[in-house]
Amino acid sequence: MLAHTLFFYFFSTITVFSAIMVIVTRNTVYSVFFLILVFISVSVLFIMIGAEFLGMIMLIVYVGAVAVLFLFVVMMLNVVEQITQKPKRSGIINNMSVGSIVGAIIFLELLVVIGGWKYKGTFLPLSFTSTNSDLTNTHALGNILYTDYIHLFQISGMILLIAMIGAITLTFSKRENVKRQKYFDQIQREKSSGVSLVDVESGKGVTFDE
Amino acid sequence: MSEIGLGHYLTLAAIIFTIGITGIFLNRKNVIIILMSIELILLAVNINLVSFSIYLQNLVGQVFAMFILTVAAAEAAVGLAIIVIYYKNKGSIDVERISSLKG
Repeated sequence: MLAHTLFFYFFSTITVFSAIMVIVTRNTVYSVFFLILVFISVSVLFIMIGAEFLGMIMLIVYVGAVAVLFLFVVMMLNVVEQITQKPKRSGIINNMSVGSIVGAIIFLELLVVIGGWKYKGTFLPLSFTSTNSDLTNTHALGNILYTDYIHLFQISGMILLIAMIGAITLTFSKRENVKRQKYFDQIQREKSSGVSLVDVESGKGVTFDE
Repeated sequence: MSEIGLGHYLTLAAIIFTIGITGIFLNRKNVIIILMSIELILLAVNINLVSFSIYLQNLVGQVFAMFILTVAAAEAAVGLAIIVIYYKNKGSIDVERISSLKG
């Protein structure tokens, strides 16, 4: 248990430090890097308490997809140059007091909620969803995800599909002077419209007329 | 050192949630940091759900954490697409200059 305690404090310290660095770093690229560090530390914490599948999914989805997407957009938009051109701290200073006060109050409220929580196991675990010791976490999760929650699972897939269509539709731009495939025109082309046979007399060339 | 319990994980989630909200308030540079703060907030919610799921020995919390993960990914995709097209139109994603809606 000592090892668990040490590891928890180690990774949670990294998590909190990186989360602070995400919001205070001026360079947006560094901020994305610290966001990746937060996700990795939290996924390690998930694996430590026994939620292995979610920890791995966090690594794949957040670090592999979302953070790389952020990094891609940050580098594509070239915001780093834009910030260095216009160094003004006044907005940050003005918002520092209000933001800090609001943040502190919200944190105090959350602490009150946590402190008032009685650690009694009054919730009876449902029998079909309880964590069975002879199954792995992934197996148990799949058992209820594909049976009891199959509709929610499919709806979440539809949400991803709609998000993909929305992102493509938003960023799609019709460009001029680009040759595109016209499938129906290409397939419907007949021999008569494309090829013409010409009798060539000897000694004369062939002239094409459009 | 005391044993690590539910309270430690909930406190960690509360700290991350607060940092995310503070990030939305403090940030005046660009919108991407605000999106990252929203990701931090969703991460804190995930920590809460998973730690309660382990504490109550009930797997439904982890299932819902997975759904939150899905929604977070979809939200990041659409949000970043909006940011890209806004930058293409206006040439800047400075938060203070985004005032077309006069909010």
